[in-house]
Amino acid sequence: MDMTGEQRIAAPRQVVWDALNDADALKASLPGCEEVEKISDTEFSAKLKLVVGPVKARFSGQVTLSDIDAPNGYTLSGQGSGGAAGFGKGEAKVTLSDDGDGTVISYTVHATVGGKLAQIGQRLIDATAKKMARQFFESFAAYLEAKGAPEGEAGEAAPPAAAQAKVADGQGLFWGMIGVALVILWIIN
Amino acid sequence: MEAFTEKFGIGQPVRRKEDQRLLTGGGVYTDDINIEGQAYLAFLRAPYAHARINHIDTTAAAAAPGVLAVFTGRDLEADGVGRVETDINLKELDGTPIFKTQRLALPTDKVRFAGEPVAVVVAVTAFQAADAVERIVFDVEQLPAVVTARAAAAQGAAILHDELPDNCALHWQNDTPDAYDSVAAKAHKIVSIALTNNRVVPVPMEPKCCIADMNPGTGRLTIYAPFQGGRRIQGAIADLLFDGDGEKVRHVSDNTGGGFGTRSKIYPEIIAICYAAKKLGRAVKWLGDRSETFVSDLHGRDQVNDAQLAFDADGKILGYRLETLVNIGAWVTENGARLAIDGGGRILGGCYDIPVLYYSCRNMMTNTVSTDTYRGAGRPEANYIVERLMEKAAHELGIDPHELRRRNFIKTFPYTTQMGMNVDCGDFAACMDMALSTSDWAGFGARASRSQARGKLRGIGLASFLEGAGGRPEEVMRVRFEKDGAVNIICGTFSHGQGHATVYSQILSEKMGVPYHSINLIQGDTDTAPAGASGTYGSRSSQMGGMAILRACDMIIEKGKIIAGHLLQAETAEVAFEAATFSARGGSVTMVDVAKAAHDPRRLPDGLEPGLDETYLYKRDGGRDDQSFPNGCHICEIELDPETGAVEMLAYSAADDCGTVLNPLIVHGQVHGGVAQGIGQALCEHTVYDEETGQLLTGSFMDYGMPRAQHLSHMTAEFNPIPSTNNELGVKGAGEAGCCGAPAAFVNAVLDALKPLGVSHLDMPLTPNNIWRAIHGAKAEGENS
Repeated sequence: MDMTGEQRIAAPRQVVWDALNDADALKASLPGCEEVEKISDTEFSAKLKLVVGPVKARFSGQVTLSDIDAPNGYTLSGQGSGGAAGFGKGEAKVTLSDDGDGTVISYTVHATVGGKLAQIGQRLIDATAKKMARQFFESFAAYLEAKGAPEGEAGEAAPPAAAQAKVADGQGLFWGMIGVALVILWIIN
Repeated sequence: MEAFTEKFGIGQPVRRKEDQRLLTGGGVYTDDINIEGQAYLAFLRAPYAHARINHIDTTAAAAAPGVLAVFTGRDLEADGVGRVETDINLKELDGTPIFKTQRLALPTDKVRFAGEPVAVVVAVTAFQAADAVERIVFDVEQLPAVVTARAAAAQGAAILHDELPDNCALHWQNDTPDAYDSVAAKAHKIVSIALTNNRVVPVPMEPKCCIADMNPGTGRLTIYAPFQGGRRIQGAIADLLFDGDGEKVRHVSDNTGGGFGTRSKIYPEIIAICYAAKKLGRAVKWLGDRSETFVSDLHGRDQVNDAQLAFDADGKILGYRLETLVNIGAWVTENGARLAIDGGGRILGGCYDIPVLYYSCRNMMTNTVSTDTYRGAGRPEANYIVERLMEKAAHELGIDPHELRRRNFIKTFPYTTQMGMNVDCGDFAACMDMALSTSDWAGFGARASRSQARGKLRGIGLASFLEGAGGRPEEVMRVRFEKDGAVNIICGTFSHGQGHATVYSQILSEKMGVPYHSINLIQGDTDTAPAGASGTYGSRSSQMGGMAILRACDMIIEKGKIIAGHLLQAETAEVAFEAATFSARGGSVTMVDVAKAAHDPRRLPDGLEPGLDETYLYKRDGGRDDQSFPNGCHICEIELDPETGAVEMLAYSAADDCGTVLNPLIVHGQVHGGVAQGIGQALCEHTVYDEETGQLLTGSFMDYGMPRAQHLSHMTAEFNPIPSTNNELGVKGAGEAGCCGAPAAFVNAVLDALKPLGVSHLDMPLTPNNIWRAIHGAKAEGENS
């Protein structure tokens, strides 16, 4: 299955990028996210509770990051297993770009599902994924709004090397989580 | 005496004696049965369509609350559980035998379709078993999957079984194509068609369910499960788990919520449950849910066909060429790879005189659950092809469709088909005339005009069909007269909707002149079923079981004459029997008197065994080739909304020859049910596997369209009975005929309606979406040209 989408966040790219370093923000924003564990700089595991129509399961997922090009985006490959509920796996290309004084997060996804998720959930996954994506961005935007955008300008001066270094830990954590969300939740579509 | 024979004898519309109980909730289905102290079982099913198994870690599951045991294929292997082997011996033209699979109930090497069971958990409660299944770690290497017959035949396709690199389990041919090619070279016209016969899920109302109750004291296992013939499951489980000792296995089934062929198979689930019960020495219960039923019940149909008819200048068929790819799924099951050969092949070419035949049938293995017998089992597919072809040929030849059929009907009997079957009798033109008249075919034009005035398209479609019914050519029946005159028919056939209790009683009542209400049917228990009994499938119970009852009654009469002679102080040879009365030398005794005496040793002659209890093994003379051949002509009228593509069925006229009609009420019901199933396939039923992942996408009633009452119209079923010459009852088997005629009649009707829009081809199912697309595709083509 293939899916593309984008979402505008009303904050400058660097603000978004920095906020994405904030594990608490992400945990608060990702619906059903229970925990995230960093295995290495480019590998993460996470646990998410997911309900697709009659299929309700706790998914354990792994996400691997590649083609890292901070602060522009990269590729996530992930798979999640929900036991008897089935599995989802896929790949997402994610990019950040400026849009006036805001930032657009774009994603292109190819994913497959198996087991009960495919058998029963097929026609419900789309709606579920859209709903969860909306919930994520609503929560994420609300988080940014509450926090304000005080350090936006400072970030712009940051040298590329520093940004690169950040990706190796904090940014990676974010993308690990959003990756699990994308690849296992929306992307499950 | 006469009164009840008139009311309850052969041919009378007797209401089913089963119905009172079933309609008032008195039926006992497998899930209604509970054994004291039973444990519950749940399956881990593969979420992958094709994967090599690395490791199955059951440690966490085994430690979960309430868990009694976890088993995988390795356990079955270690305990020497037998493998289900393909029992088909067809050969390719060059003598190559069919590829046979040896299937362990739980696989150890690979999973080959999504939903294949790979492990079982037995726990104190059903919820504990289900929870523990979640804890099994199933580590695999995923492999590419292939789900359609065409894709499986392509170069570079995923390979299901390493020993079979081309995925073709059997490429059967009746002959080389030479004979057909030479008549085709001289033909006036060759008409070709490419068709897809869509895969259907049988979906009986009752899901798979099983209780296996092991008694460690006696070493005997009792299986409760819906099954169409207990002797067969008893034999199979005995072979796989009890070194062939049938005494150690008993099968019990009271009521079954639909069979359709799919409940006649030895499923791996049943084997695994019996294994668990035997291993644990207790009762183990499993109720499959609807999702499991969708992924694991054997499916039906699924063929692609390329067919040709060669005609001479008079519209007479010179030859028939058919190349079929059958999707038989992941395993070579009991019947999958022979359905299109032994099943559909029986009546290939339908009602028509086919002088030359080339038939090539490739049975392809795919990452899907296997296909096997489903109501009609090959005959609906075969009739569908030839009836679509005849309809197309009529248009291409410019001959009226009825006239073209009339010219080509088999008219002299017995007729030996190119597949070697002996069609004993029939009058195909008479059935067609009957249906044409009932449907008021002649008045269709006026009705179509009225539809047109309302912006609708009306269509009428016809399909003649030939069925081959009878299955295994032997059946056993036991008839026992009790001392109070009650009669028990004790059998191994299994009525699961066919009304055997009623029909067998009618046959026996007519034969013996005893009251219909004194007759009782005992079925569904291998402890009572006579040895050698087979079961109910292939529209065979009336013709095989019915005949065995007649013969057993003959034996009862013979013995009754000895007893009556003794009572009447006459020689046995002097005793005559008629209408439940034995008479000799001016005296007479009733059947009840004789039955009473039979149970009283003081009133029996020296040396005669007490009781009036006879068992007869009936064998059909001609064996497998000597089936009965039900046939008929069905006409369907529909109205179609060109805006939405939605089809409304308006009228259905069936003219059937199922030989002697034993009970018209029941045969009407059989025809209605079969037609509904055929319309279901033609209108909405469709099984879709994802071509990339091999996942079943139509795995619930949300996505799988079942026919409903609202989809159907009133149906008129009439009979043109021409008694079969293959059995004394003259019956031909009515259970599967309906779905042999309905798909082609329905699709031909829709194509007739769409003719003004230039749509000339459609494949089932004719959903509004498919029809709308065809309309708009045809429009686009029209605009471009």
